[in-house]
Amino acid sequence: MTNSHNFSRRGVLKGGLAGILATGVAPLMFTRGAYAQEFCNAPSGDSVTLGFNMPLTGAYADEGADQQRAYELAVEHLNGGGDGGLIPTFSSKTLKGSGILGKKVAFVTGDDQTKADAGRDSARRMIERDGAVMITGGSSSAVAIAEQGLCQEMGVIYMAGLTHSNDTTGKDKKKYGFRHFFNAYQSGIALGPVLGEAYGKDRVAYHLTADYTWGWTQEESMIKATEALGWKTMPPVRTPVGAGDFSQYITPFLNSGADVLVLNHYGFDGVNSITQAVQFGLRDRQANGKNVEIVLPLVSDLMAKGAGEAIKGVYGTANWDWQLTDEASKAFTKSFGAKYGQPPSQIAQTSYVQVLLYADAVERAGTFYPPEVIKALEGYEFDGLGNGPTLYRAADHQCFKDVYVVKGKDAPSNPYDLLEVVGTASRDSVTYDPAIFGGELGPDTPAKC
Amino acid sequence: MALFQLSRRDALILALFALVVVTMPVWTAPFGANYPGLMQKFAIYAIFAIGFNILFGLTGYLSFGHAAFLGVGSYTAVWSFKLLTMDALPALLLAVLVSGLFALVIGFLSLRRSGIYFSILTLAFAQMSYNLAYSVLTPITNGETSLQLTMQDPRVIDLAFSERGVGLPTASLFGVTLSGLSGFYFCAVVLLIAFFFAQKVFASPFGMMLRGIKSNQMRMSYTGFNTRPYALTAFVISGMYAGLAGALLAVTDPLAGAERMQWTASGEVVLMTILGGVGTLIGPVMGAWLIKYFENIFSSFNEGILSRFFDFVPEPLHDTVVAISSKFVGEGWQLTLGLLFVFVVVFLPGGIMEGVRRIGALFRRRGSPPKADAMRVQPAE
Repeated sequence: MTNSHNFSRRGVLKGGLAGILATGVAPLMFTRGAYAQEFCNAPSGDSVTLGFNMPLTGAYADEGADQQRAYELAVEHLNGGGDGGLIPTFSSKTLKGSGILGKKVAFVTGDDQTKADAGRDSARRMIERDGAVMITGGSSSAVAIAEQGLCQEMGVIYMAGLTHSNDTTGKDKKKYGFRHFFNAYQSGIALGPVLGEAYGKDRVAYHLTADYTWGWTQEESMIKATEALGWKTMPPVRTPVGAGDFSQYITPFLNSGADVLVLNHYGFDGVNSITQAVQFGLRDRQANGKNVEIVLPLVSDLMAKGAGEAIKGVYGTANWDWQLTDEASKAFTKSFGAKYGQPPSQIAQTSYVQVLLYADAVERAGTFYPPEVIKALEGYEFDGLGNGPTLYRAADHQCFKDVYVVKGKDAPSNPYDLLEVVGTASRDSVTYDPAIFGGELGPDTPAKC
Repeated sequence: MALFQLSRRDALILALFALVVVTMPVWTAPFGANYPGLMQKFAIYAIFAIGFNILFGLTGYLSFGHAAFLGVGSYTAVWSFKLLTMDALPALLLAVLVSGLFALVIGFLSLRRSGIYFSILTLAFAQMSYNLAYSVLTPITNGETSLQLTMQDPRVIDLAFSERGVGLPTASLFGVTLSGLSGFYFCAVVLLIAFFFAQKVFASPFGMMLRGIKSNQMRMSYTGFNTRPYALTAFVISGMYAGLAGALLAVTDPLAGAERMQWTASGEVVLMTILGGVGTLIGPVMGAWLIKYFENIFSSFNEGILSRFFDFVPEPLHDTVVAISSKFVGEGWQLTLGLLFVFVVVFLPGGIMEGVRRIGALFRRRGSPPKADAMRVQPAE
């Protein structure tokens, strides 16, 4: 009986297979993280890639450049470099400077050219080729809305940069899109009373409006806010983005009988239109027995710098200003200044904060799985990022926090001291019912790209 | 069937071209371009350039407003998605039809002049269309914000058969969704059909007639031909190609923006054609691929990537090299493209295809004397 251990070929195969199943594959099948690889660009190695998509060319290129600085700073801080920036002041203490969930943060950049098409192309490259698990950026609402739509389709979280249109978290809101920046509606609420106090209740406003979603909603919000004061409004005039020369739009204003010029322009457009308006002598004119005034409802340091003299005394609103005196703002300004030798603009702050908020949400969720990250962000209450106590509202993914009314400084003490905060609209006063803008967030089902 | 017959040489070219297109995901991998988004663009802009070349390469009429047809195609396709169905075929057909009609009108007016006047007329019409799309026609085009799908779209045909799903739908072909790689292969098949059709045009007596217009229009009229209907047909065909390309852009990404019609987009297709080789079949395709590659890949390079790329350079020089080269990538990608364009126009007036021919002739010289026409210079008119 030499063949007591008679291994038939069939038997070996059967036993072997069962063994493999029992010891090798099966545990993998059941214990593998329930979500692992079930979503777009699940990070696998020891690093995680974020996609930074900003306008490096086009009408908002200045904003894009500052945005890029902020993103690079955020990555440095997340990976434990520098002085940690806002990580120590952030109310959530999950970030330790060891990347996100222990994975080192890497990033890819792209130029959205301030165009919706190009922005989507660039975002697709980041998602499809570079494996970005989150996309952030955009300085134009048209671009932000287009990218947000793409990210919803591809199941990648989109942390909007500077987008001020009501539609981003209103009509066009998406489950995968989040906005820290404030919006035109809040600008209207904040700016209205200040304008009423400064310029009186009996004014005629003339709007020049950038002809796209942001301009439209800002115009609408400003008209609503100023008509509540008792102002009258002339039929608004729409101007193309990147027009360059606004003189043809300013001359009709002079003959219109209006006494307040509201410039719903941003970036180079805002710089050009306000400079040209001042060059036309608007400031020295009178209409209806009152001084002609200019209002720039959304203003940034970068625009103030570009406009120079022209910005003095002009009212606007801002999401944040580097001269705010809370600990977080000081820490961020210090950290940014140390690296780049200039104070950050509001777009830098919102972009930086968005990256930190995403990283923190992933840490709190304990996974990169987007539906969990979305849950962690929705309804999240935080502080210590420069804007005071802030809520990420679940209903529309809009952040609610104080809005600052700023004014172009008459006597700047240094080249960066261009805007002064003259008023603050409290978070409660700028909170509104999400239903007024309609729109649907859509599903959070992760896509496999 | 004679309709589908090609000469031996053309059939071989088509087969090789098909092979190159179908294996694109493989051979683009070393260049970092093997992701669906870019490969779809490769296929789509190749169609655009092939169509443009039917007009410019054969008749010599340089249209500076072809992006208008691309935009019209995109808008039509997105509206077809919004109103009718997410299926790609009706969108493509409608887009080709509408852009063809549009080309008929613009061509009818523009072709009354030739040379630079024709170019200026087409440029003016395109700029008009762009401004219309941008401002006046905002209810149809949604202006700068771009026309997009919404949850409330009627989509009459789709909703007659099925319930409205959650989230935005994607374009499909008989139920197969056209995103990612499937989207690329759909574009690739359309590209091959478009290429085949262009081959037929090139080889046909009609194509010969168009070449006649290019070499000497007056001679054509003196021999008794009325050239305008031929030129108009070529214009409409190439407008339809542009519309088809525009519709495919909308199929792969259902969004249509006015900037697609801007003069820069029109100029881009001219660059593609000249860069690749005017009047050749393959040239415009190569030009399109090169430009799209530059636009998508070179613009994504940042200093970090360059720094890694130039790791071999010794330390003192390293930063200088990175600093200098960084001006040519990222936002400066157009600078590199401009240099390349100047280089091609100066040294290879016939575009990349002339370069290929010269290299081919170099190898052939040993065996047999080069044919006279192999070295023929094709100026970029």
